[in-house]
Amino acid sequence: MPVTIPDVKKTWTNTINRVTLGATKEEGGTRTKRVTVGGATSLPFHHFEGAMPHPSVIAMEVWNVAPQDWPAVLAEHFRDVWHDPGLWAKKCVEQYGADLICLRLAGCDPVGQNRGPQEAAQAVKRLLESVGVPLIVWGTGNDDKDNEIFPAVAEAASGENCLLGTITEDNYKTLVALCTAYKHKLIAESPCDVNIAKQVNILATDMGFKPEDIVMYPTSAALGYGLEYVYSVMERARLAALRGDKMLSQPMICDIGIEVWGVKEARASEQELPEWGEQTERGPLWEATTAYVYLLTGADILVLRHPQAVASVREAIKQLMGDGLK
Amino acid sequence: MILIGERINGSFKDIGAAIKEKKKAPIQEWAKKQTEAGADYLDVNLGAVSKSPEDFSWLIKTVCEAVPTPLSVDCNKLELMRAGLETHREVAGSRPLIINSTTAEESKLMPLVELAVKYDGGLIGVVMDERGSPQDVDRRVELGAKIFAVASEAGLTPDRIYLDPIVMPLKFMQEQGKNVLEAIRQFAMISDPPPHISVGLSNICSKAEERGLINRTFLVMAMAAGCDAAICNVMDTELVNAVATAELILNKEIYSDSYLKAYRKRA
Repeated sequence: MPVTIPDVKKTWTNTINRVTLGATKEEGGTRTKRVTVGGATSLPFHHFEGAMPHPSVIAMEVWNVAPQDWPAVLAEHFRDVWHDPGLWAKKCVEQYGADLICLRLAGCDPVGQNRGPQEAAQAVKRLLESVGVPLIVWGTGNDDKDNEIFPAVAEAASGENCLLGTITEDNYKTLVALCTAYKHKLIAESPCDVNIAKQVNILATDMGFKPEDIVMYPTSAALGYGLEYVYSVMERARLAALRGDKMLSQPMICDIGIEVWGVKEARASEQELPEWGEQTERGPLWEATTAYVYLLTGADILVLRHPQAVASVREAIKQLMGDGLK
Repeated sequence: MILIGERINGSFKDIGAAIKEKKKAPIQEWAKKQTEAGADYLDVNLGAVSKSPEDFSWLIKTVCEAVPTPLSVDCNKLELMRAGLETHREVAGSRPLIINSTTAEESKLMPLVELAVKYDGGLIGVVMDERGSPQDVDRRVELGAKIFAVASEAGLTPDRIYLDPIVMPLKFMQEQGKNVLEAIRQFAMISDPPPHISVGLSNICSKAEERGLINRTFLVMAMAAGCDAAICNVMDTELVNAVATAELILNKEIYSDSYLKAYRKRA
């Protein structure tokens, strides 16, 4: 008896918003390349159900201060350039093929070097001179400090159509106003909670900000540290979006490097934990594996650190896209 | 929930007068107001003001010009419907639309199903026939199944079929409320995925004092039974708030503290 397999294809009613980052000379910026994410009409890589016109992209992380606590297997790739964010970014783009650069303003952190708005703006300008890819600028996570530095940052990058973040439910007005004034896109952060993810988007759009100019950051977690919770939240948001929820139809960004390189599975050397194998392989593998999982639940932008993880994830995206790229 | 705004109907004095005098402004204003209030579709009906296909075409054109909101093209004369749908195609192209409505009578059902196929529309099927409106659950379900079968056979997928169980006035036919709710439950089992189930809401409160309360209580109960579309007064803020809340309780929308705002921004 032949078995008839029922057709289980889903048709969805909505499309994930398309967000384009970077402005070229014709558009009033100086970028040589633009990056578009979103536009999907089905769950990630379900090419048999719908289109995924823009494959997920990789942003590499650059700081405006030399990191103190990066383990050697990571630091060795950047130690020669991290005194200068411009050189660091150049290396990420030219040597490792980063689609975007994510400048983390770690040097402005009040518990660290506590650098001011002008220094933050200088780092942004330096990056814009050094590379042609679009820029993400990620604040310190300290509300007061971020509200102090972002006016200078947003102005320094005026016209470049950057992605600035993050806003939260409790701190959004300043950055929403700046992104409106200087025409940047916005990262809306929520603490692993789909209800708050929706709420932050509503708050921003209530100030007149376009829902099409938002990228959601639903929080990220490393493999082994709550990744499955984040996965579920992202999955639920994406399903609601494809069913028509306009306040969850934004592309999503995952901040992976910072999480993975904070956990012992990536940080511990083989001297400390010999049974776990070589750290030079284990660290990047942990980072790449975390990224693979988020790709499958709808990550549009992945922020990564290790060049080997970047290469592996790029290959995975290529393979998952398969014929979908045509 | 698919909310179909009921206000552009010649039976309302201002709309009736606007149709007679060919004044676009009052009609277009209602089109915009209902759209902002969260209408997914706008019902467009000449009422008793005119039987002229030209007037119907003019009315449809007037609304389509004002807003991108899809229409529910509403009349019970086949000739008018044809003219209206042709105009809709000319002015709105492939914009979605609902044809409102057919009954289970053969003489109406076949031609209207054909029109729904031809114009790529949804079709509301009211569960009555030459014998009139049913008074019990079984007859409602029987006629619903008949409409569904004929429409499906002609190629309409369940998401283009809207079954209307015929809501009757609470004040005069109190026993029917329960029957309508039970019929909705059974409509939802006709197919998987089920057809849409649509109610003409305002009938429930006819001539009653507490109209708003009766409308929103009934609609929420109907939603719980499986109803997912209503022709109603979308300007009734409390009604739309109740719908938005019921959608959350049924886990059809994702909660956020500002969900009432989100509901109105959903289109």
